Amino acid sequence: MHRPVRDPSELLPPGEPVQLLQPDGVLREHPEFAPVSDPQLLRSMLRHMVVTRQVDQEAINLQRQGQLAVYASCRGQEAAQVGSALALADGDWIFPSYREIGAAITRGIDPTGLMHMYRGTWLADHDPYAERFGLMTIPIATQVLHATGFAMGTAMDGKDVVTVAYFGDGATSEGDAHEAMTFAGVFNAPVVFFVQNNQWAISVPVERQTAAPSLAHKAVGYGIVGRRCDGNDVLATYAVMSEAVERARSGGGPTLIEAMTYRMESHTTSDDANRYRGEDEVAAAAARDPIDRFQAFLARSGVIDDEFAASVAGEAAARSQQVRDAVYDAPHGDPTELFDHVYVDPNGHFAGQREQLARELAAGGGGV
Amino acid sequence: MMAVTLAQAINHALVDAMEADPRVLVLGEDVGRLGGVFRVTDGLLSKFGEQRCIDTPLAESGIIGASVGLAMAGWRPVPEIQFDGFAYPAFEQIVSHVAKFANRSRGTVRLPMTIRIPFGGGIGAIEHHSESPETYWAHTSGLKVFVPATPDDAYSMMREAIVADDPVIFLEPKRRYWTKADVELPVSTAPARQALVRRDGSTVTVFAYGPMVKTALDAAAVADDHGWSLQVVDLRSLSPLDVDTIVSSVQQTGRAIVVHEASRTLGMGAEIAALIQEHAFYALEAPVLRVTGFDTPYPPARLENFWLPGVDRILDAVQQVLTY
Repeated sequence: MHRPVRDPSELLPPGEPVQLLQPDGVLREHPEFAPVSDPQLLRSMLRHMVVTRQVDQEAINLQRQGQLAVYASCRGQEAAQVGSALALADGDWIFPSYREIGAAITRGIDPTGLMHMYRGTWLADHDPYAERFGLMTIPIATQVLHATGFAMGTAMDGKDVVTVAYFGDGATSEGDAHEAMTFAGVFNAPVVFFVQNNQWAISVPVERQTAAPSLAHKAVGYGIVGRRCDGNDVLATYAVMSEAVERARSGGGPTLIEAMTYRMESHTTSDDANRYRGEDEVAAAAARDPIDRFQAFLARSGVIDDEFAASVAGEAAARSQQVRDAVYDAPHGDPTELFDHVYVDPNGHFAGQREQLARELAAGGGGV
Repeated sequence: MMAVTLAQAINHALVDAMEADPRVLVLGEDVGRLGGVFRVTDGLLSKFGEQRCIDTPLAESGIIGASVGLAMAGWRPVPEIQFDGFAYPAFEQIVSHVAKFANRSRGTVRLPMTIRIPFGGGIGAIEHHSESPETYWAHTSGLKVFVPATPDDAYSMMREAIVADDPVIFLEPKRRYWTKADVELPVSTAPARQALVRRDGSTVTVFAYGPMVKTALDAAAVADDHGWSLQVVDLRSLSPLDVDTIVSSVQQTGRAIVVHEASRTLGMGAEIAALIQEHAFYALEAPVLRVTGFDTPYPPARLENFWLPGVDRILDAVQQVLTY
């Protein structure tokens, strides 16, 4: 379980984040990492990114129409989420935060289920074991510990499973992220800590989260490997993530990856980013858009043609429509279900309170 | 039959549970090499190896959060928080996840964890080592809260907690760790959800749990000399509470006193008094009284005997309800 202490220089992230595809859509040589060339994988990357963006936009629209209580957009982070999730094997696990709709779509999860959390029809609506995708976690960084414990557990069983914790730059300040990376280092757990540094934790810029040279530099303090990538570059994200996943899979221990990206929307639909950041900054980020650059690259290299682009656009529209159809005016279930799942062996007074609610419903009570 | 202490009884329960189910594992600070600061996990490391008896980094949220992941991966973790006052760093993991995961996931994800926490005062410890945080857990839907008072119950309730698929907060009365009783192990006492009458009596019921059960029994023995007949009920589980036994006892005696070390305001006594007036109002001959620690922070060790409820404070309350 324990491994020898490594030379800190092996753990420190190189100065520049790994970038393989420039914002202008031109490939860039890297001494260590090469871009994937499998056309099917490249097309799959684009497809997931485009679908994610449109479903994400649909969710924003649904919130504006009062259909969702709130929504946390991942616009601008599609390359980070799709590139990282595609680097996983089918049996690998993800423990997400609430912003990981792109990772979910990449894993083949029906996003309508996830929208029920945002609509409030129930607190979550997918089977983590079937999807190998944990419940979207709202309390910041708490899921990072679950990922570490899960990885410790699968490792003890000798299972070929890599577990990934998704969290943000703000979450790296939480004690749970610190404790999770501490545990993962000590127990050499097969886990990857995938931080999307989208520069903003609601209104607080990453400079207020840490004075560390970078978030990835924190890895050395836990005795784990730190890496940085251009999180708006799906090729770089995929390459760096693949290396980390392979390290975990082969017993080489955890990696902390900092994917440099940008949150294009407000923190959630309830937030107004205009109060704390300027248009120039957002415009500069838009020029580094992950989809534009990748699409340009694929078109120029002949991996996609107009027909493919049209089919992807059609799929994105269809998936968004599915989400809209499933979520719009979706009813909640029987209110007495509130008592059904809390305990396997419920406390006695549950029966009485359930009966009380049933009586209120029978009397025509529609809630307050 | 052999004399075992309450701490040894829990140790036996852990050994037997780990032998019975290879998915049970223990983790926490100092649980392995040292065997726990109270030796409750003594011998587990050599018996079961470092995968099933894990000395963790000193990080309570980490211990509980990692246990959530271990449980999701199919293990049955028994994490230890070393002292009551150090449970608070793990409060978020316990309240937001351990308690809520089953409900959030519509029963898809169950977290069969038993969180061991030595609790309560009376051992002359420095600050943060003598607290009674049971109300926090009992107030949190999704948790069960077991509090044994005797070695046989400590064994039996620990076995029950570990096999339960619901998460259990297992509060160990640390001042009674060294209490001995002749017990044949393994032993199966009543299910935890059932309160037990520890001493029969006819004029006043004294409800207690954990460390205060012995204090209540001591008070009952002294009360006998005054001609007062106290019935002592050991609640054993604070969530769920055995409302039927509470109510039927008050219907017999007509008077009730609740004893706990925890501060009075919004403590378990408040809940039990409310239940009694809801279900046994006409049986009452006197108001329900609470005999508790004061509503101050836990005192320094040299003052704890002035703060903790003892025989005298219980007997004062008995006199009050009898002369009401």
